[in-house]
Amino acid sequence: MLIMRHELLLVAITVILLIVEIFLPNTQKRKIILPAILLMAAVTIIGFLPGESGELFGGMYQSTQLSMLMKNILNIGVLIIFIQSVDWLKQDQNKEKVSEFFLLILSTLIGMNYMISAGDFLMFYLGLELATIPIAALAAYERYKEKSAEAGVKLIFISALSSGILLYGLSMIYGTTGTMYFSDIAPLMNGAPLQVLAFIFFFSGMAFKISLVPFHLWTADVYEGAPVNVTSYLSVISKGAAVFIFTIILYTVFAKIALLWSQVLYVIIILTITLGNLFAMRQQNLKRFLAFSSIAQAGFILLGIIGQSQTGMTTVIYFVLVYIFSNLGAFGVIGIISNRTGKEKISDYDGLYRTNPKLSLVMMLALFSLAGIPPLAGFFGKFFLFTAAAKQGYYILVLIAILNTIISLYYYLLVIKAMFLNTSDQPIGQFKSDGYSRLGLLLCVAGIVVVGFTSIIYEMIFNLSFGLF
Amino acid sequence: MFEGVPLHWFLITGTIMFFVGIYGFLVRKNLITLLMSLELVLNSVNINFVAINKILYPGHLEGMFFSVFIIAVAAAEASVAIAIIINIYRRLVNIDVEKVNEMKY
Repeated sequence: MLIMRHELLLVAITVILLIVEIFLPNTQKRKIILPAILLMAAVTIIGFLPGESGELFGGMYQSTQLSMLMKNILNIGVLIIFIQSVDWLKQDQNKEKVSEFFLLILSTLIGMNYMISAGDFLMFYLGLELATIPIAALAAYERYKEKSAEAGVKLIFISALSSGILLYGLSMIYGTTGTMYFSDIAPLMNGAPLQVLAFIFFFSGMAFKISLVPFHLWTADVYEGAPVNVTSYLSVISKGAAVFIFTIILYTVFAKIALLWSQVLYVIIILTITLGNLFAMRQQNLKRFLAFSSIAQAGFILLGIIGQSQTGMTTVIYFVLVYIFSNLGAFGVIGIISNRTGKEKISDYDGLYRTNPKLSLVMMLALFSLAGIPPLAGFFGKFFLFTAAAKQGYYILVLIAILNTIISLYYYLLVIKAMFLNTSDQPIGQFKSDGYSRLGLLLCVAGIVVVGFTSIIYEMIFNLSFGLF
Repeated sequence: MFEGVPLHWFLITGTIMFFVGIYGFLVRKNLITLLMSLELVLNSVNINFVAINKILYPGHLEGMFFSVFIIAVAAAEASVAIAIIINIYRRLVNIDVEKVNEMKY
């Protein structure tokens, strides 16, 4: 099979959808939904066929078994988001711009794939920008809402600033090594002061993208303002892709100054997990609540990175996979309720179990998985992360993380308490969701349960991540 | 044209531009001015890349290429940002950052 097939397939379906979109009359744009989902499903399935590793463009593009697995994980997430967003796209206000949603998301996915496969900082930068600029347009998708435009402007300015900071770090790396290829830079890393400074700039730029404390301030605003499905895309796929490439770069390019970056990560992890959790407790809006919870989850992911080993890489990928299913489940329920009633506050969910028992069960599973309750996938994700960090001797860090898990349990349970125990005079009315939303939620629940109960997935990732070391 | 100018002059210029850009981004109130500050940040990176490439590693063109790509991407970024700013202007008849603060805390 072709080395670049993930990207080529995505480019192909983007072009096909673009051509179809041109020939659809303005009133019939909704007809693009089904072909888009089917094409994406086809790409996801073809992505799982065995492929070979290799290099293209003189090493600028590198395809390994591990990067293919990462792309497959992202493809699954995007497919679920496509299915979940049908309900929202069918609303009257969106009827003329349905296809933009698919095209913009697909182009960011192409950017993320190139970013993950980058073997050179130029390719990495181009992928990163292709993955962020269209998202800003997506965040401002609901033109008639002020909040949406505000989210868009905040996202584009912060992402441009963070790329500027990141690029400044890259220019210093170029100054000290004279090359931009990952494999050529790695042996020249010697911990010179300029390289340390370069790493700090690079790290700050990436921390904006992954939304780590203290670079997290944009997250809650953008997540609240953007449409629910775009928010779920931002919090899951875009963060997942950034974490993947961040891990790869730390482990390959900056491997020689690992002592330095593990100290930086140590402080950032404590700050991110603690502040993310503390701020999540005082949120009333569910989207803001999940924004802060996703900041805390990013801190947990870093815990896997700091345990710099094959286990570390495996746990990061495994956790992102679990996180995709759990977070998409939660966002799926929020999306359905927000589309039907426009309610997004935690107090609006009082007594949801009486009117919509199935939705509240899905929400409960997703939140339990995010919190890390044993039988579900989230527990194993966190457990492996803690193991990876503990193996490297970071016992105090793991202890702080475990304490934070308890705090996070408190606020996740607040939402569950609102749904199951609280009563309300005006609960959200009973409604029947359409087939697409049900399929989306079903996929998420299946993922949460299946990934948790089958150890084979973890072992498969473990074997694939062998090549990196 | 710049024969004999030592590298650190370029780097100092670049650093000053970078921090002027960051400062402008933090204190300016007008969204268009914020965009101009961002251009300063990105162009300081370009100066660094081109100067380092010309003086330290004249055999290859990697730095030059990188700056060309940065210019192109910055243009794309600016166009999306301006589109969103126009949208905000239509809603608020204002492009003051202090007015774009519906969501906070």
